Amino acid sequence: MSGTHGTETTAGPVLGDTPPEATSSTGETGDNAAGIAAVGRVARALMPETGVIADPTQLRTYECDGLAHYRVTPALVVLPETTEQLAAVVRACSEHGVPFVARGSGTGLSGGALPRADGVLLVTSRMRTIREIRRADQRAIVEPGVINLDVTRAATPEGYYYAPDPSSQQICSIGGNLAENSGGAHCLKYGFTSNHVLGTELITPQGDVVSLGGLAPDSPGYDLLGTVVGSEGTLGIATTATVRLVRLPEEVRTLLVGFHTTDDAGAATSAIISAGVLPAAIEMMDALAIEAAEAAVHCNYPDGAGAVLVIELDGAAAEVEHEYALVERFCQENGSFELRLATDAMERALIWRGRKSAFAAVGRISPDYIVQDGVIPRTALPEVLRAIAELSSSSGVRVANVFHAGDGNLHPLVLFDGEKDGASEAAEKVSGAILDLCITHGGAITGEHGVGVDKAAYMPKMFTDDDLDTMQLVRCAFDPDNISNPGKIFPTPRLCGEVPGKRKRAHPLVEAGLADAF
Amino acid sequence: MTTIDLDTARTRLSDACSDVTDATPADAVDGVPAGLVARPESTEETAAVLRAAAAAGLTVVPRGRGTKLSWGRPPESADVVLDLSRMDQVLDHAAGDLIVDTQAGALLSDVQQTVGSAGQRLALDEPVAGGTVGGMLATNASGPGRVAVGTARDLLIGVTVVRADGVVAKAGGRVVKNVAGYDLGKLVIGSFGTLVVVTQAVFRLHPVPAARRFVSVPFGTPEDASRLVQSVVHAQVVPAAVEVEWRVDGAGTVGVLLEGTPAGVEARTTTTRRLLGAGTDAAEAAPPGWGVLPWTDEPGSTGLKLTCALSGLAPVLTAVRRAAEDAGAALTVRGSGGAGVLYAALGADASVEAVADVVARTRSVCTEHGGALVVVDGPPAVKAAVDTWGPVPAIDLMRRVKEQFDPERRLAPGRFVGGI
Repeated sequence: MSGTHGTETTAGPVLGDTPPEATSSTGETGDNAAGIAAVGRVARALMPETGVIADPTQLRTYECDGLAHYRVTPALVVLPETTEQLAAVVRACSEHGVPFVARGSGTGLSGGALPRADGVLLVTSRMRTIREIRRADQRAIVEPGVINLDVTRAATPEGYYYAPDPSSQQICSIGGNLAENSGGAHCLKYGFTSNHVLGTELITPQGDVVSLGGLAPDSPGYDLLGTVVGSEGTLGIATTATVRLVRLPEEVRTLLVGFHTTDDAGAATSAIISAGVLPAAIEMMDALAIEAAEAAVHCNYPDGAGAVLVIELDGAAAEVEHEYALVERFCQENGSFELRLATDAMERALIWRGRKSAFAAVGRISPDYIVQDGVIPRTALPEVLRAIAELSSSSGVRVANVFHAGDGNLHPLVLFDGEKDGASEAAEKVSGAILDLCITHGGAITGEHGVGVDKAAYMPKMFTDDDLDTMQLVRCAFDPDNISNPGKIFPTPRLCGEVPGKRKRAHPLVEAGLADAF
Repeated sequence: MTTIDLDTARTRLSDACSDVTDATPADAVDGVPAGLVARPESTEETAAVLRAAAAAGLTVVPRGRGTKLSWGRPPESADVVLDLSRMDQVLDHAAGDLIVDTQAGALLSDVQQTVGSAGQRLALDEPVAGGTVGGMLATNASGPGRVAVGTARDLLIGVTVVRADGVVAKAGGRVVKNVAGYDLGKLVIGSFGTLVVVTQAVFRLHPVPAARRFVSVPFGTPEDASRLVQSVVHAQVVPAAVEVEWRVDGAGTVGVLLEGTPAGVEARTTTTRRLLGAGTDAAEAAPPGWGVLPWTDEPGSTGLKLTCALSGLAPVLTAVRRAAEDAGAALTVRGSGGAGVLYAALGADASVEAVADVVARTRSVCTEHGGALVVVDGPPAVKAAVDTWGPVPAIDLMRRVKEQFDPERRLAPGRFVGGI
């Protein structure tokens, strides 16, 4: 399995259901059985019978997240209902040296919630209360298991919504979004989860509950919140999130624009951005992706298009009007042959359905596929797309392209038939080569899916040993025992040395008797 | 000097850096005399300085142009001032990608000039003029525009840092969308030079809007101010800034900045004026004092930063005014009412006791409304007497982070929260 990444298996037979060979990142079954038993006792004392799962058959239900070819059966699954329960279980894990992995809805695409065979899986799906919608403060306070779209649903009657919108927003959880710093189609204008989570109650890997950030911005001290968001569960578990609510725009216009080639569509994108227009979203799909979407959801995209752009403009009506005129002109000047403007919510939904279903739709044209997630500077788009096409033709591996064109976040779908000898290896090779292209063009190995177990091996291609070592200083501060989602992000764990809380020497202000004054 | 004499220290640092001089009284950091000033010209030279300082047991305080060096607490010592002003180059403006890559010692105004030539801007206000990119990051300085675009944490996409042990590390990169690895950039923002030395930074940029309009309206009471702010933020006019100014005589103004296309701004101005009611004024130029920290003009005054949930605006304004009146201190407030961030100045003639009283009383109200109060700047006597940073909930975790990055407490020791 080495080198495989982003394989989406909803479409057909999985690449294999054996655990990855790297047991250092997933643990060995039976390790620390006494510790697991002790954690199980703590959990059972605190919550109903259904909240603690140890039955092997039931445990297998949790063996993978959205990246289903990595599978590991956890030693124990716990489904807490309260922060106190969750903290108590984490404390027990800490006491007994048992690794734990937090999981929301399990939709992640990098194996970030892959369990440990020697550890506990903490599932937040029973912590699903939206505690407060605070309109006056433009904030909501929610529990980690709350579904992303439910925040928007709760806020819409007040005229607000939650902006980050990963494609899985109907099922993915806020806790998972927070861990992965999830993006979505609209982050071009509105930013990522990290720009929208203003506070969290974090359970540290020692089981302490600490408050980071809050209703007001700029909390004094280090921005630990900013570091925790996107740390893929390696620094602790968020038990509440205070999120920003964004005012619903006065006007939204969704356009579907057909082009003959991806080059034309890319040029139109560049023209739009260069003119200072910042659409809420600019999404591109190439011919193969369009073919798949048509087969799956009959979205009725323009006939014969080599590429389509889905462009959404939103904001104050007068601004949208102006932007629309510019966008129309730039598309025409760059060879668009059809432009459709959604006139009602249903037409808008149909346009988006083609795009949002694209990953799964590829299953219609290929038995297996890998969903890649890489980023390039947007100006490199034409060059990288051509290079991907060359990779595809020279290897004979088909690649469908779906991506967030506005911010250069590519989601190439590498198609293959796992039944054919060598096909999956060839696909993995192409997928890896695409990541190399991203790196050589100054981009990133993941824009929104995360590193997880899937891309840990690629981290040294993007970062030096010193870079990774420095990041792990943070890990050592939060989790010196390396029990919070170990084996994710970093290819090699760092030994942390000192135990937290034990100072080499007393703080000088304390020594001088001054600290109490503060 | 902690362990060695000045001559030895000078020799060791000179081996590491081509520009090392003895400090002058002007190099003192918030009243703390400095020993030496090292001016490295590259990340590598910065690393060499930090390695030499570590070997010699010297404390190091990073400095850009020193415009905000009196913010926070004075350091316990400043054996070496690490001056980044020679690293002042804007390295690369990739206009098509809307990013800029700059050395940390570059003036923010130089960055703006470079990117402005392509009709772009780094969407960060400069509340204190003449500062560097590094200084802005270290202090997390921001201004009115934060309502629409946020602060440094929303714009910084890549960072190069040098650790206290001289190791050079990078995080993030040159693309806006990137979730590979920990976001060390956010950790470094607002850390007052206590964690690492930032030598290079990459930011995302925004287009300069074609039109802007400042709409303002007077207010009488804190409740009025809050009502006006709420009416704008809940409307759909997409304000770039929502400022509240409350002058020393109690006269107040709510100011709204609208940015966009000429036609769009025109229409939104009409809507905004209707929302704000009678007495509004609209201008193309910024009103006097827009985005300027209220304590800037009065040496010896005390500068406070008050934060709260948006709904806490009226109670916090009321509390700070009442406390100031009771203590006999002159009070000016100015800040981002639409973001829950206010800056207040207490007059230079306010006694230490008066300031301490205002701080304690206002802080409790800020905290009650989800925020905090920080004494940003002030005379030495005030800083010595009041709890400048206030209580910090996750302080233990912060100490652990500091211990990992700078176990010997070499970088700007004592400037930050909880004595970090």
